[in-house]
Amino acid sequence: MKKLLKGARVLDPARGLDGVMDVLIEGGKISAVDKEVTAGDAEVVDLTGLVLVPGLVDMHVHFRDPGFQYKEDIESGSRSAAAGGFTTVACMPNTNPPVDNAALVSYVISKAERVGLVRVLPVGCVSKGRQGREMAEIGDMAAAGAVAFSDDGKPVADSSLMRRALLYASMFDRVVIDHCEEPALSEGGVMNEGYISTVLGLPGTPRSAEETAVARDIILAGETGARVHIAHVSTRGSVELIRRAKAEGVRVSCEVTPHHLVLTEEVVMGYDTCAKVNPPLRTEEDVEALIEGLKDGTIDAIATDHAPHSEDEKDLEFDRAAFGISGLETALGLVLTCLVTPGKLSLSEAVRKMTREPAGILGVEAGTLKPGSSADITVIDPDREWTVNKYDFLSKGKNTPFHGWKLKGKAVMTFTGGKMVFKDAAWERDRKARIVYKTGGSPRP
Amino acid sequence: MFKHRHLLGLGKLTAEDIAYILRLTASFKEIIDRDVKKFPTLKGKAVVNLFYEASTRTRNSFELAAKYLSADTISFASSGSSVEKGETLKDTAKTLEMMGVDAIVIRHGSSGAAEFLSRHVRVPVINAGDGTHEHPTQALLDMFTVMEKKGTLSGLKVAIVGDILHSRVARSNIFGFTKMGAEVYVAGPATLMPPDVEKTGARLAGTVDEAVKDADVVMALRIQLERQKKGMFPTAKEYSGFFGINGERLKLAKPDALLLHPGPVNRGLELCSEVVDGLQSLINEQVRNGVAVRMAVLYILIGGGRK
Repeated sequence: MKKLLKGARVLDPARGLDGVMDVLIEGGKISAVDKEVTAGDAEVVDLTGLVLVPGLVDMHVHFRDPGFQYKEDIESGSRSAAAGGFTTVACMPNTNPPVDNAALVSYVISKAERVGLVRVLPVGCVSKGRQGREMAEIGDMAAAGAVAFSDDGKPVADSSLMRRALLYASMFDRVVIDHCEEPALSEGGVMNEGYISTVLGLPGTPRSAEETAVARDIILAGETGARVHIAHVSTRGSVELIRRAKAEGVRVSCEVTPHHLVLTEEVVMGYDTCAKVNPPLRTEEDVEALIEGLKDGTIDAIATDHAPHSEDEKDLEFDRAAFGISGLETALGLVLTCLVTPGKLSLSEAVRKMTREPAGILGVEAGTLKPGSSADITVIDPDREWTVNKYDFLSKGKNTPFHGWKLKGKAVMTFTGGKMVFKDAAWERDRKARIVYKTGGSPRP
Repeated sequence: MFKHRHLLGLGKLTAEDIAYILRLTASFKEIIDRDVKKFPTLKGKAVVNLFYEASTRTRNSFELAAKYLSADTISFASSGSSVEKGETLKDTAKTLEMMGVDAIVIRHGSSGAAEFLSRHVRVPVINAGDGTHEHPTQALLDMFTVMEKKGTLSGLKVAIVGDILHSRVARSNIFGFTKMGAEVYVAGPATLMPPDVEKTGARLAGTVDEAVKDADVVMALRIQLERQKKGMFPTAKEYSGFFGINGERLKLAKPDALLLHPGPVNRGLELCSEVVDGLQSLINEQVRNGVAVRMAVLYILIGGGRK
């Protein structure tokens, strides 16, 4: 079956493509990207006025499977990803049991394949049982398909273990992803330490908890020559440390979440547990530094840290509520509305940081429209205005601080391997009505 | 006059709101001084004291305040209750609301618990201390005590000394006194000082002596001994030497300065016995005024004083 996607603005930052072009899909792969492609027997999809980009890649999600399927599972997580425009996600191993061996890596891969909506790439644990003591079977897991290693949710607090893990993982050309947090400094903290924590009387997590761990990881990566990836940077200081390390040639990369790019600690006022997240939301000054870091290349990728929780775990006293934000279905809309539209980041840069960059860090073939590659494609309507409604989320996690936000720009179709895995029904209805109206026909009653 | 449905903290009130409560407190205090302390104002109303943390004076004070106004009261302590069976705060409060109570007084270890509760029940919620956030009725009684002696709060220098970081009393007093025009100085170990405390309107003194110098009011806070175990300061002995209020240090304040403490006092730690029992101490008066303040608050929220 051939499909011809016609007339969209095609954007592939990996190859420097940007222009109105047609994309031909054949046998699940991209067979041509060019002006005016013709293929007589292909099913033609008219995408005039829309933007076509490589399927988005999210290198940091929590699908909670196995063990916490009441929060999310690989199926609901895959649906949520597709609805957010993502075709490839890397899922963190803080499950129960933790993904710390090859059998569990295979479980995640095979369940995701059975679901068959998006590519789910398992991240394996750095340490056995995520206990931070002994190294897990990194080689076996890599052979089974783990794309990276992390004890995410927890830092690797033992510097010697971290150093050995960096060296060991580098033999398999895998990156170690660290959730940077010095536990002794962050103990008890539930929000950013600062004026707002003072007013609310909530225990604060100082920036130093993140920055000391970032500095340590940079030093270890520099010394070993191995690659390290810093998850969800949240402070100006972290950005500065990473900028300097990159300039010195240290093999460090990092990501930032949409919520750290658009929210500050102010939203915790009123004890809104949907704004309780780790690392915590910081201040205006940090947000500016994060955006600057995205622009100058210090920050490589935008990743959601999609962390679904049940309502019972969030509708609690603030200090007892779980950390995390359900982020897959708002990420693209937030980036377009809050960064691209106001001119803080070009569309092409934003797409690069949600496609090619994270794919490159993970060393996977994804995030490009190069002919011959899998037809993973996201179609964006940049003018689509919509209101975030958590009850419409396909994720089980309705925990979002963005409920009710009005956003502009949305993924309206998602293809994985040439197969349509998501189409926005409300958008399609409106588009059809508009086309009928324009061509002078009367809309159906 | 008073538009708020709940009393969650002084951070949310205006100076006018506070002045209104203090004015009413004066008339309720008169009732406590009478021989027969029973007024029918809240007859037919029921108040529940929902206490998740140990408390003697605040709980008894609220209970008496409600009883003097003829309300029915029940006390709910978390131990030996459904809480031990794993019931959430939200569910416990809903249950009590369904039984028909007219107000919930809550003391809870989590900052924001009172505000959380106010989003889940329809009846007024009165914060009797939430974590390290606020303890509004304590600050109101402190302000009332000072007002009685000084006639005004405006222009006074108030020194708050001790563990500001973990003190809900300090937060409520900073918000309350600054709104009423007083100058609040805070002092204590740097490890127990919240970040950006000056943005709250308080002034950060470098030493206790600097805070106490020429003060009209000196308020010492209770040191919770578990803080010492966490290493927030080296020893109790060192604390009392650098941060405790003794007779000599109190002499730095104005001669007619008032000494306050929210109780219970660790004698010899944050306060020496000589000042606890001294002439400037209003610690016992504070307790008496606490009942009057709580009567005023109950009257305002459920007795028709909210207009």
